[in-house]
Amino acid sequence: MKQRLFSLIRKEFIQIVRDPRTLILTLIYPVVMLFLLGYAITNDVRNIPLAVLDRDRSGQSRALLDAYRASDYFKLEYYITSEDEMNYLIESNQARAAVIIPPNYGREIVAGRVGQIAFIIDGSDPNVSGTALTAAIMVGQSQSTKIVAQRTMRETQTQMPVDVRTQVWYNPGMITAYYMIPALIGMILQFLTTFLTSTSIVRERERGTIEQLIVTPIRSWELVAGKMVPYVLIAFFDMIEILVAGVLLFDVPINGSLMLLLVLSCLFLVTTLGIGLLISTVANTQQEAMLTTMFTLLPSIFLSGFMFPLAAMPTFLQAVSYLIPLRYFLIITRGIVLKGTGADVLLPEILALCFFAIVVMAATAVRFKKQLD
Amino acid sequence: MPEPFLVVDHLYRSFGSVKAVNDVSLTVQAGQIYGLVGPDGAGKTTTLRLICGAFKPDNGSVMIGGYSLDHQAEQARETIGYLSQQFSLYEDLTVLENIRFLAEVRGLSSEDWLPCARENLAFVGLDAFENRLAGKLSGGMKQKLGLACALVNRPRLLLLDEPTTGVDPVTRQDFWQLVIRLAGEQGMAVLVCTPYMDEASRCSHIGFMRSGRIIQDGSPSHLRKMLDDRILELAGGPMNVLLESSHFDTDVQDVQRFGDRLHLRVLPGKAQDVKRRLSKRIHSAGGSIEKIEIIPPLLEDVFIDLAGEGMSMNDAGYGEKP
Repeated sequence: MKQRLFSLIRKEFIQIVRDPRTLILTLIYPVVMLFLLGYAITNDVRNIPLAVLDRDRSGQSRALLDAYRASDYFKLEYYITSEDEMNYLIESNQARAAVIIPPNYGREIVAGRVGQIAFIIDGSDPNVSGTALTAAIMVGQSQSTKIVAQRTMRETQTQMPVDVRTQVWYNPGMITAYYMIPALIGMILQFLTTFLTSTSIVRERERGTIEQLIVTPIRSWELVAGKMVPYVLIAFFDMIEILVAGVLLFDVPINGSLMLLLVLSCLFLVTTLGIGLLISTVANTQQEAMLTTMFTLLPSIFLSGFMFPLAAMPTFLQAVSYLIPLRYFLIITRGIVLKGTGADVLLPEILALCFFAIVVMAATAVRFKKQLD
Repeated sequence: MPEPFLVVDHLYRSFGSVKAVNDVSLTVQAGQIYGLVGPDGAGKTTTLRLICGAFKPDNGSVMIGGYSLDHQAEQARETIGYLSQQFSLYEDLTVLENIRFLAEVRGLSSEDWLPCARENLAFVGLDAFENRLAGKLSGGMKQKLGLACALVNRPRLLLLDEPTTGVDPVTRQDFWQLVIRLAGEQGMAVLVCTPYMDEASRCSHIGFMRSGRIIQDGSPSHLRKMLDDRILELAGGPMNVLLESSHFDTDVQDVQRFGDRLHLRVLPGKAQDVKRRLSKRIHSAGGSIEKIEIIPPLLEDVFIDLAGEGMSMNDAGYGEKP
């Protein structure tokens, strides 16, 4: 029995090695994803190109522009002289925002009245425009405070009535990569294992080799286990790869127990491998299996909180998200890696994963029969 | 008579409304070669797949070496070697790796498999190719590899599903010599499906299948005896005169062309009458006769007879609309 399992695993490994293209893809895939998600997909908006139409050209207007420049949110790239020019720059995406300072701005300020400025923001990308809007208002407010202090000449004693002192825990720099990399572990584990197992049994069916397998004394569970083990090892290798790359390239701190992370990853793998096997018991061709896998993967990405916060979704979709195993695993990986959370706090998620593992495996066992039809 | 090694008892299997296997029973003794013959779609392959356990029967049972395929599948399967119609080995594994895998999953230890594998590769004549990828073998070599894999754990029951389809005549000859040796020298029970009559004649027992049933079985000579004194061989010319005259005679059931001569199947006891009448008719139509004689029937004559009978019997499951 042990020998049968071992022979199956070895056969599977030989076949994996004989297909170097697939193997290389599985091994470099995590690093490519990490680069994409770590560098390209970032919500940290900085250096928004800003067009400046300064009709005042006073000391006051220059002080205001300096404040915007110093904020880092804006890059004062274009100094223009007409609104037509501004329209053109924004339309052609060269500038994402523009500030217009009217001719009497400096005079009004000096006179102790209100100096109005206009801030135009390109709203086509909500992410950028949201940041620009907040930054535009905040910089303006702090400039106002400064001016009020100068007017009353009591700068040192001036206190704002409400003082908000913020502390950002776990990820003080609010770096997107720190948030994405632990999640990427879950996404990649799910993608690879589901994808590879879903096609591996169908492949035997498609090539007719299942016929010979069925006639041997191999038991169904041995066949299933023999198919799983190589991919579990590959998935584990990928996971270590992501962690190492995350630490080396992005300085992601691993605050929690690595052991706990590995153990719970295994629990998650049982579910994702089971989903793959379940697909392979239903699908008749490799193509069908791949399409079905994609079908399970996309909701996982969108409804697990991988990219988009669940709290912002409509109640209906939030309810659906409870059916997605990745949702729970992301809480676990982000918790362990970023917050150093322990098993006690993560208990509800662990129980949920156990539940999924049992349900999926039971369904697979019922569906999977060592039979041709 | 010793207990048969394979006992198949009233097997049934349907696919939708088609009764692919409809009450099949057969036994195979150790050392016996049982040939399952019949036209395409008769249910031969399905029967074999039911016996090796690739399909589950709707009803009926299979006993292999005293083990029930249903309840003691693992023990029963350890005694089976199976060669399927389509190549079902791994094309991305080498010859030796394929044998090793199948030997080990059938229970041969990692020390024992290599001598067995080498022995069987030499037996089928593939010993020079052990490190070649199976996908790079020719069709005949693939079948030989399939046989070597099927034989590697010294099975006591060998199941062969049209093993020589698409294989050249020389290789076919080799292949059958191997199978006959296995049955004769090692006492292996062999069950083989084949559409070829010359292969059927090598079997020690034949079951003729049609529309999911075995409609006739027996040894080749027994089957041939059924048509004793009923086959006339006719040679002469011109061919169209011979054909027309033969078809015209009401005691002639069937006319088949075998190259430059005709085989006529006549109603029982009418051979001499037909012979006399035909000679006259052909001569008066301006034809000539080189030979008109009662000959011992070929298996082929028997099968054509059986196939035709099956047609007129309108068996259940054949031609039925759902």
